[in-house]
Amino acid sequence: MNGGSLGTPRRTLGLIVNPTAGMGGSVGLKGTDGEEILARARALGAAPIAPARAMEALREILPMRDEVELFTSQGDMGEDEARACGFEPMVVGSARSGRTTADDTRSDAREMLRRGVSLLLFAGGDGTARDIHEAVRDRLPVLGIPTGVKMHSGVLAINPRTAGSLAVRFLQGKVGVCRGEVMDIDEEAFRHGRLSARLYGYLNIPCDRRMVQNVKIGSVATEREAPEGIAWHIIDGMEDDCLYIVGPGTTTKAIMEKLGLEYTLLGVDVIHRGEIEALDVNESRLMGIVRGDKAKIIVSVIGGQGFIFGRGNQQISPQVIRLVGRENIIIVATESKIVSLKGSPLLVDTGDGAVDGMLRGYMRLVTGYGKSIIYKVS
Amino acid sequence: MRLRRYHAEVWNEPVITEMGRSGERGIRISGAGEEIREAVGDARSYIPSKMRRGRPPRLPELSQPHVLRHFLRLSRQTLGMAVNIDIGLGTCTMKYSPIVNEDLLRLPEFADLHPLQGEETVQGILEIVHRFAAFMKEISGMDEFTFQPGGGAHGIYTNACIIRKYHEVQGELGQRDEIITTLFSHPADAACPATAGFKIISLYPDGETGLPDIEALKAAVSERTAGAMITNPEDTGIFNPRIDEFVEIVHEAGGLCAYDQANSNALFGIARAREAGFDMCHFNIHKAFSSPHGCMGPACGAVGVREELAEYLPVPVVVFDGSGYRLDYDRRHSIGRARQFHGNLEAIVRAYAWVMSLGAEGLRKVSETSILNTNYLIRRMSGARGVSMAYPKQAVRLDQVRFSLQELKEDTGVGTDDVSRRVVDFGVQEYFTSHHPWVVPEPFLPEPCETYSKEDIDRWVAIIHRICEEAYADPEIAKTAPHSQTISKIDQEMLNDPARWAMTWRAYERKHGKGE
Repeated sequence: MNGGSLGTPRRTLGLIVNPTAGMGGSVGLKGTDGEEILARARALGAAPIAPARAMEALREILPMRDEVELFTSQGDMGEDEARACGFEPMVVGSARSGRTTADDTRSDAREMLRRGVSLLLFAGGDGTARDIHEAVRDRLPVLGIPTGVKMHSGVLAINPRTAGSLAVRFLQGKVGVCRGEVMDIDEEAFRHGRLSARLYGYLNIPCDRRMVQNVKIGSVATEREAPEGIAWHIIDGMEDDCLYIVGPGTTTKAIMEKLGLEYTLLGVDVIHRGEIEALDVNESRLMGIVRGDKAKIIVSVIGGQGFIFGRGNQQISPQVIRLVGRENIIIVATESKIVSLKGSPLLVDTGDGAVDGMLRGYMRLVTGYGKSIIYKVS
Repeated sequence: MRLRRYHAEVWNEPVITEMGRSGERGIRISGAGEEIREAVGDARSYIPSKMRRGRPPRLPELSQPHVLRHFLRLSRQTLGMAVNIDIGLGTCTMKYSPIVNEDLLRLPEFADLHPLQGEETVQGILEIVHRFAAFMKEISGMDEFTFQPGGGAHGIYTNACIIRKYHEVQGELGQRDEIITTLFSHPADAACPATAGFKIISLYPDGETGLPDIEALKAAVSERTAGAMITNPEDTGIFNPRIDEFVEIVHEAGGLCAYDQANSNALFGIARAREAGFDMCHFNIHKAFSSPHGCMGPACGAVGVREELAEYLPVPVVVFDGSGYRLDYDRRHSIGRARQFHGNLEAIVRAYAWVMSLGAEGLRKVSETSILNTNYLIRRMSGARGVSMAYPKQAVRLDQVRFSLQELKEDTGVGTDDVSRRVVDFGVQEYFTSHHPWVVPEPFLPEPCETYSKEDIDRWVAIIHRICEEAYADPEIAKTAPHSQTISKIDQEMLNDPARWAMTWRAYERKHGKGE
């Protein structure tokens, strides 16, 4: 699945550029999903930014040109950018005229999967990440060159150059894969002032351990191992008379894995005495289960911006939070996740100002077995 | 400034296990005389049969000149502290240790001592230990010291054990199982109490000041707090001016406070653990007190405590009873021994000589010079392209300063690992980036302690300026560095791969296909 173990060079690279990604941003459209919005963006004078950013990433890979076979989508979806940088790519996908659509992204991504590329690079934002995810799921390592307006997903590199250099290190067999979140918000609702974010799933991404770990010290827990330590910490502290509401995400669901339980990766599950009480519950079900019983909420930091409530876990509503109480909230996060916030506080947006206010201030984040960090929530 | 031309020696020296030949010997040891053989029998018979090796260990077999040549070559391939401007290893306080002090260690009065000698026959060294403890009490404000721990982390671990024992005696150990530290304290302030069985809570630094927020501490303390273990100035060179309030909050919660004084080189005669309210502290004698770093060897983590905790110190403690010095084993709540015997006393002898040569005023001068040097370096660094100082709103740094090469990395692709490898091409030691996690991205952390002259600092900073300029012109030079060194760039990912790394020759052969 991940193109061989560490140390084995990987030789094929796919590239899909969403040429319109990011165009809505400069003209204040909060996204560029859909034909009509794209037309409005163009009418407002928006210019494409994705091609230039894709090329910035490609230039990092150029020194490997002779060792790597590059597959791209047609025309301005990758081929043009690759040729302009000096690559001679193999073009996949059928010829198309006129404007590209999300369907093109999906079908080309499927084609890349069929061709067995070692890594699929895409240039885009959350919307493009969703399209790619729909097409390849976890069957192919993927890395995003960030060019979109909305960039909540954890599959995008911090900038195009980093995307390029990380791709190189991955192709050289020097880094492995880990999972990154695919998040998106409903653009239409957002334009009307409502924010509705969802966690759509996870893509396999090259894992840059250098963010958290000194390459010279190998014994530090890797990103893959950190959630295990967190999970055992939570499990060893579990009380018999308490319900545990387990929010979405890989860090929280590691607890379910260690308990040998079924779980809903993108939903909210409830456990009691190490057994499942309910799977994939909605808010009203949750309120019904908790009633007046003692309960704790376990949530992780979702997406790149640091939300703990109000993004992707809206089932845990303000009413549920109030019922459970602030002191019974357990936040779990890997150190790399915290460092990636660059000092910005964790965010809450439950839709209830009073509950948000209650959650603000310093909270404890479990980062490993017997390890926690005190961090600000705003 | 003109940079020095430099190229390291290259010997392409094999590993010693690949050298020599079967039967080659450095010393031929003659067999035991007949009289001895008769008296004691076969030496092997003294080893229980189950413990005997089936075959002899595969030791290298070499003659004396070959051994000497091999290790001299290795030493010449090493960019040692004494041959370079060793400013880059922040948190390490790479100061000059006067060579004359080595003479003291070679005096037979010291070198011929045996740790099992009766105390009446070692009054001289006990006096030095006792007098040095008196210096340490004055420097820290603590009441009693032990020099048993063999290094900094060992000193911190000793303090964690004292905290553990204290709560055990109070009958509260079951409840008090959490130690608070800060993310910019030395990582041993988290790792050592964790090893002693505590859970660890770290305070994340504020994004503006780089310091832990007092409100964060209030959120951390509870009836489960056993204590706090904090470095100050932290490993950013920034001093927490509210440290006494931190200590008070932990005390109110029922915890003890241990001051990690690894960064004390900036504090001699300026600030003390006692006035900040701490219950205990530790110093790295091999850093600020001018004894060479032990490389996991003969170092010393000096632990000092207040009178109330003197009963908990490791035994024995050297005391003076009015007529002579003796070893006091009578400590009611002693944590036991931190290690065999009395610690690495060669470090104490050097440190004693160093303090004597400086006096109180001289010590203060050491710290003032260290602070001045750091802030001079900061001024000189300004204008280096792609370099920024972390937490610029903090005007002053004490013993060290944390910079970031994030901008250089974004602009050129050259990151701090590349620059660290590139500096050695200019004849200075690879620098220390910083402890992990990298809260400050692409960090480096120079510490220009009092050893270094203005010209040394100018020269070191000029190297950084030069490498940054070069990175903008041709990033490949730094990315493929080093170019003038004994070895070229190595694949660091390999060091991280359990399938390929090897700590012993046997493991190397096993993992690389030649094993048994």
